[in-house]
Amino acid sequence: MAINWFKYSSPASFYSLAGKMIPIFVIAATIFLIAGLYIGFFVAPTDFQQGEAYRIIFIHVPAAWMSMFLYVVMAFWAGIGLAFNTRLSSMVATAIAPTGAMFTFLALWTGSLWGKPMWGTWWVWDARLTSELILLFLYIGFMSLQAAIDDPRRADKAGAILALVGVINIPIIYFSVQWWNTLHQGASVSLNQSPTMATTMLWGMLIMALASWMYSIAMTLMRTRVIILERESHTAWVSELHQKEIAR
Amino acid sequence: MKPRHKKLAFITLGLSALAVAATLVLNAFQSNLVFFFSPSQVVAKEAPIDKRFRIGGLVEEGSIQRHEGGLMVNFAVTDSAESIPVTYTGILPDLFKEGKGVVAQGKIAANGIFEADEVLAKHDENYMPPEAAMALEQAAKAQQTSLTQ
Repeated sequence: MAINWFKYSSPASFYSLAGKMIPIFVIAATIFLIAGLYIGFFVAPTDFQQGEAYRIIFIHVPAAWMSMFLYVVMAFWAGIGLAFNTRLSSMVATAIAPTGAMFTFLALWTGSLWGKPMWGTWWVWDARLTSELILLFLYIGFMSLQAAIDDPRRADKAGAILALVGVINIPIIYFSVQWWNTLHQGASVSLNQSPTMATTMLWGMLIMALASWMYSIAMTLMRTRVIILERESHTAWVSELHQKEIAR
Repeated sequence: MKPRHKKLAFITLGLSALAVAATLVLNAFQSNLVFFFSPSQVVAKEAPIDKRFRIGGLVEEGSIQRHEGGLMVNFAVTDSAESIPVTYTGILPDLFKEGKGVVAQGKIAANGIFEADEVLAKHDENYMPPEAAMALEQAAKAQQTSLTQ
């Protein structure tokens, strides 16, 4: 049985599909969040040099991963929307931006709280911290650019170009700790070598990363639904839906 | 020129402009975003010795000297090839220890001593419980003694 995936690229069918999927991702996010925080704060052992303060890693690292990953996903959908003129892709890109900005802010904020007791400073202008701050500005720039243009199709196009140009910043953030001398330490978890963390700590971090994934998907779907309603408010199916809601 | 060619030329031009901009930015980063210099770079005069800069490396084993009745401390920063003596007055971060990473900001005085006005600790990417760290240390010691014997 082949599923016709293109059916879901129509805003109307995506709207109802997303409505059914949101509760699944919300529940998954809640379960992973509780499990991850429990492992992080009660099960994982104390660190040999940083003591208890290292536990902020369970929020900091998943947030930082998510901030970079969401940007790539956002730029991907914005690019697809620009290339193929598919309305839904651009709406998804617009829906991702606030969640990405939130995770970027969270990564910067928790990093600052961690930096003060461990490094001895809230902030330094090293390559890792600076490039992550640029990422926050890119998200804010994307959102304000789209908000500044009244015609949604033109806003999508302008936003897509900005998002695609900004992708260059992602490898810069990721490799900054290898390319330059930074105060920020290198990666504990990477694709080409075994993690330099105790197993329980690693599990806590990975489960928290899963929780952020589920949360991001749920948020993106919710926001996409709102954007669909806003932009399709003139269509027959939206007014039908509206009538049904009133009748209930 | 057909509109299609015009569009293609526009995209190519845009992409090449982007590539040039990215190269220039990365190049600028390469020379300016050096957060600290190693002691070897300082000895080789690659660091801006006449200005304030940061040196980074490990706190040399056995080099920490605290002065009684004050916050003044002397230590040396090493990258295992060269070592630079540092003097600092102030509160040190908790992770400041011999054999651990450090980044100090300041200037080299006429007597060759680096006068720091800020000392930051740089920790590594290893996380493990204290028992595991102790076991690793003991294993390393055992290996060393078996090598020297």
